[in-house]
Amino acid sequence: MPAPNAAPDATTDDGRTVLDARDIGRALTRISHEILERNKGASDLVLLGIPSRGVPLAERIAERIASVEGYDVPVGSLDVTMYRDDLRMKPARALLPTQIPGGGIDGRTVVLVDDVLFSGRTIRAALDALNDIGRPKAVRLAVLVDRGHRELPIRADFVGKNLPTSLVESVRVRLQGIDDVDAVTIQGSTEGEVA
Amino acid sequence: MKRHLLSAADLSRDDAELVLRTAEELRSLADRPIKKLPALRGRTVVNLFFEDSTRTRISFEAAAKRLSADVINFAAKGSSLSKGESLKDTALTLEAMGADAVVVRHSASGAPHRLANSGWVRSSVVNAGDGTHEHPTQALLDAFTMWRHLGSLDGRRVAIVGDVLHSRVARSNALLLRTLGAEVTLVSPPTLLPVGIEGWPVETSYDLDAVLPKADVVMMLRVQRERMHGGFFPTAREYSRRYGLDGRRMATLQDHTIVMHPGPMVRGMEITADVADSDRSVIVEQVTNGVAVRMAVLYLLLGGSEPAVSTEGLSE
Repeated sequence: MPAPNAAPDATTDDGRTVLDARDIGRALTRISHEILERNKGASDLVLLGIPSRGVPLAERIAERIASVEGYDVPVGSLDVTMYRDDLRMKPARALLPTQIPGGGIDGRTVVLVDDVLFSGRTIRAALDALNDIGRPKAVRLAVLVDRGHRELPIRADFVGKNLPTSLVESVRVRLQGIDDVDAVTIQGSTEGEVA
Repeated sequence: MKRHLLSAADLSRDDAELVLRTAEELRSLADRPIKKLPALRGRTVVNLFFEDSTRTRISFEAAAKRLSADVINFAAKGSSLSKGESLKDTALTLEAMGADAVVVRHSASGAPHRLANSGWVRSSVVNAGDGTHEHPTQALLDAFTMWRHLGSLDGRRVAIVGDVLHSRVARSNALLLRTLGAEVTLVSPPTLLPVGIEGWPVETSYDLDAVLPKADVVMMLRVQRERMHGGFFPTAREYSRRYGLDGRRMATLQDHTIVMHPGPMVRGMEITADVADSDRSVIVEQVTNGVAVRMAVLYLLLGGSEPAVSTEGLSE
C-alpha cells in the first residue's frame, strides 16, 4: 500500500504507481480549469461520472469548479451497462446507479467523466445512453488516464495523464470513497517488476 | 440465478437482492422521456397465458418491451389450445419460432416446471403463476415494495391475511421473505390454510386482531371463490368481520406499517374501500414496481451470455 507521498515510481505489491494522491489532485485541478476555460465559465455545464470510479472524479472536479467559480455544477452518474456492445458476451451484469441531475441535460454541455480511456467502447455506450436521456448542446470527455489502444474513433477533451501501455498491462485506478487510497498503478508490466 | 425462475425458493439471498437492486435502477426509467433500454434487442419473449390475467401479462409485456425485446402474446382463448392442443405441442411450436424466454401462466400447479425440465424448449421459463402453487415475480415485487418503504427486511414482521389455501402469492412470498430475513405470519381461517403448512417457514394465526399491532406489513389476499368448491366459511359477511381489513383495524397498526394487496381486490370483502385508498396502501405502487421487477428478472435471465449467477454480478 503506497503512502500518499510515495515516489511516482515506487514499486509495490499492487504494481507500479504512476500517479499518487497528489498527482491525481493536481491533474483534476488542471482538468477543472481546462473545462472552465474551454466552456468559458461554468454555466450550462453538467458533469456525468461513469460508475463506478468516474463518479467520485466528477464530484471532485465539481468541488474544484465551485471553489474557482463559486458555482455549483450539477453532478450525476450515467451507467452504460445496458448499452455495452459486449453485453451478450458475459453473464448479465449488475446495473450501477444512473442519476441525472434535476435540470436534465437538454441544451447543456455535458462532460462525461471516467477513470481510464482504453478501447473507447464504454464512451460509445455512454453516447448512446445520453441519446435516450436528452439532447445536450455538446458532449465532452474528461478522463484521469488515457492508456491508448483505441478501437473506435473517440478521443478525450481533457486528460489527466497520457499513459502509454502495452496490451498485457492493466491499469488500476483507486479512489478514496470507493477504495482506501488515491492511486493509479500499472500491473503486469515487466518493466515495473524489474524496477 | 438459474436459467429459469420457477419458484421463489430457487432464489438465494444474493440472487434476490441482485434482482431488487437491479429493479431499483430500472425503476427510474419510468421518469425518463424515452422509457426504453436496448439490453434485450433481438430477443423474443413469449407470454404464454393459459389462464386469465390482466396485470401480470401487461406487466410482463411492458417490461419486455422497455428492454427492447420482441413480445409475442399467446392467450389460450382464440389459439389452438382451445382446440385441444397439448402443452407439449404448444411448447414445440414456441421452440420452432425461436423464443428466448417463455413467461407462462397455467391453472395447473407445476406446468412451468414441466415446460422447463421436459427438454421441449431451450428458452428460459418464467413462472407467472401456476395454479395454487407459486408466483415468484409477484413475491419479488412485493419484497421490492416493502424494501423501498422499510429498508432491510431482516426481522420485519409481515402478516399475510386471507385465503392462503388457494394463494400462490402467499406461498411465494413466504419462501422469499424468509430468504430475505423477514418473519411471516399467515392469518387465515383454519379451513383456508393448506395441508402441510407446518413445513412452511412461517407462523400461523387465526386471530387477525392479535397480529396487526405487531406487523410492519399487512398483505391482504383475495378470496379466490373461482377455485373454491365447497364451504370454506359460513358467509362473506362473517369472513369480512373476522378477516377483513377495515378502518377500525387499520387504526391499530403502527405508524410505519404499509398495507398491500396483490390484486385484483374485492372491495368490501377482504379490504374496505377506505383502507384500499388510504395513505398506508401501496397497492397502486405495487403495480408500478411490478414492471421494474419483471424488467430486472428478464434482464438478469436474458441480458448476458448466461444468466447472472450469485457469485458474479457485482464485478466492476
